[in-house]
Amino acid sequence: MHRTRVRVVEEALDANNTIAAANRADFDRAGVTVVNFMSAPGAGKTTLLERVLGDMPGVRVAVLEGDVQGSLDAERLASLHVPVTQINTDPCFGGECHLDANMVRSALPDVPLDEIDLLVVENVGNLVCPAEFRIGEDARVMVCSVTEGEDKPLKYPLMFRACELVVINKVDLLPHLEFDLERLLYNIDQVNPDAERITVSARTGEGIEAWRDWLTAIATRRAALA
Amino acid sequence: MHELSLSSAILNTALKHADGRRVSVVSLRVGQLRQVVPETLEFYFEIVARETLCEGARLEQEILEARLRCEPCDAEWTIEIPAFRCPNCGGGDVVVATGNEFVVESIEVEEAACIAPG
Repeated sequence: MHRTRVRVVEEALDANNTIAAANRADFDRAGVTVVNFMSAPGAGKTTLLERVLGDMPGVRVAVLEGDVQGSLDAERLASLHVPVTQINTDPCFGGECHLDANMVRSALPDVPLDEIDLLVVENVGNLVCPAEFRIGEDARVMVCSVTEGEDKPLKYPLMFRACELVVINKVDLLPHLEFDLERLLYNIDQVNPDAERITVSARTGEGIEAWRDWLTAIATRRAALA
Repeated sequence: MHELSLSSAILNTALKHADGRRVSVVSLRVGQLRQVVPETLEFYFEIVARETLCEGARLEQEILEARLRCEPCDAEWTIEIPAFRCPNCGGGDVVVATGNEFVVESIEVEEAACIAPG
């Protein structure tokens, strides 16, 4: 018996990236813009979608809803009369804490790609793993709520660096919190100087117009290029 | 916690290149910006490798420091905390020179070519 060193030099996540590229090709063929929507649990992703998806003139939207368990979020969004497809990452408890390209790929047959302009993929609530796995998206957006603390960009730089937009939610709570919004914005700027920021309250509706405009703009960006 | 998913990705990459041979060592290059905890990665790798050709294989991790370069002013520096603005010109047009790697560099496999089984 002897041992041999075999040279590999391969990104460990190459397999995921290959499937992400296949997803990308399907989205391109159908002319669909895809947003990978991420945050910690409870930051307000579903509420922010409820606030805008039913009212985006000229943009046909669908949602791919990722959860470890259940379809509570999908049921909330279905009342907006947009197509919602559920992915559960948990076949029998102990499911994955993120969506990867293959999970998205296996759900695509149920998504009406030819009838929509924008697909929002609501990822599993988690500030670490979803940042690692590309799914073939055009843009990555995260929600950071002001109840989470100003230091989060410094603690989860992988996630904050992955996103082109950070939606800062729950600002209606600011009077009740010892939260320094300027400090959060400064920390985002340190970690990802290019990131856009929108400050909103999904509860009061403050800033929601800017969030809707951003989504509409990205959905029509592709149409403008075509 | 992402170490579990990352362990599976490492395992699959190693098995693909093992070509049916038993693997004794898997060597990785891991950039500091990947937020990987080496001990946690080892712990999960040992578990996901069970009952595969990588069972019992040692995971070697070379950690690469986070080194940034400012495109406009050409400054280069390493960071200990995640601050991505250039300390020289204050600009944000910064590229990661090293620190984003998550690469299976090589594997060591056992060749039993000249030995009769048993």
